[in-house]
Amino acid sequence: MSIDSAGYGTLIIILIMAVVTLVTRLGGVFVMSFVPINYRVQQFISAMSGSVLVALLAPLALNGDNGARLALLTTGVVMLVLKKPLPAIAAGVVAAAVFRHL
Amino acid sequence: MLSGDKSSVELNWNEVWGGFKQLLPISLFVVVFGVAFGLAAAQTGLDDSASLLMSALVFAGASQFAALDLWGAQVPVVPLIVTVFAINARHLLMGATLYPWLRELPTAKRYGVMLVISDANWAMSMQAFNSGKSGIGLILGGGIALWAAWVLGSWLGVYFGSDIKDPVSLGLDMVMGCFLLAMVVGGQKNLRMLVIWSVAAASSLLAHRYLPENSHVVVGALAGGVLGAVWMEKKK
Repeated sequence: MSIDSAGYGTLIIILIMAVVTLVTRLGGVFVMSFVPINYRVQQFISAMSGSVLVALLAPLALNGDNGARLALLTTGVVMLVLKKPLPAIAAGVVAAAVFRHL
Repeated sequence: MLSGDKSSVELNWNEVWGGFKQLLPISLFVVVFGVAFGLAAAQTGLDDSASLLMSALVFAGASQFAALDLWGAQVPVVPLIVTVFAINARHLLMGATLYPWLRELPTAKRYGVMLVISDANWAMSMQAFNSGKSGIGLILGGGIALWAAWVLGSWLGVYFGSDIKDPVSLGLDMVMGCFLLAMVVGGQKNLRMLVIWSVAAASSLLAHRYLPENSHVVVGALAGGVLGAVWMEKKK
């Protein structure tokens, strides 16, 4: 099933995204108020939450240009050293920009 | 951290204002991230108002970028729902981890503050709660700051993004990737997590290559999650 992205279709697509995201925002609290999440489920969720990000990044690192790879590498290293996200992200973006101007 | 201390859970406007101010520096960065989204949305062919509406209502950057990947004359509904859900599934965990404190609030406020939960205000509120302070103001005030920055950035990107001649050469296409990586690296690091991440990365790459488009996030996340459920940490 597909929705035309013309006219009201765009609105419907955005509303679908908003509702799905809302479910994720409220769902954790809602579920916890009924079902005590046991240790195994907790471990599953916490492993999955990092894995979502890794799974998003892996193709980006593999298929990206060297500027993209250098950006990720720089962000990773700066984050490990400083443990602060803002400088790490800034350094990664600057690294990509500088590399692509060389 | 299993039971919330009632005295640390309040919702007053001073505290919300305090949370707003504490998240302002990160919000400045979120503006840039928003510009990147507004620009990408405009290049994908979304109406200006649609891009802003999406940022205002969805307020979840990575999933919005992913939706742009799926965008075309026709947008497939099931992959859209699966993708948005998979990318935003971490909100479920955030809600679950905040529950011990949120349950002290009346139901409407409990769910109300969760409307603006996102990575940065969640991380900062968890730190506050774990050191015995109230993090509710950080969630709500910080969330409002992040939301406003996201919408403002998107607006700037939509209307002025085309003034940025070549976003790729400025490295702006890497803002999201670096942001997500910083989140990963900032999290728990030990041998178990490294193995889980490797399995997630390998599964994602295999799925990216051999399975239907956009399945890689779900496949990688589930593979990592299943490994985490089988290979559990020792209870502290």
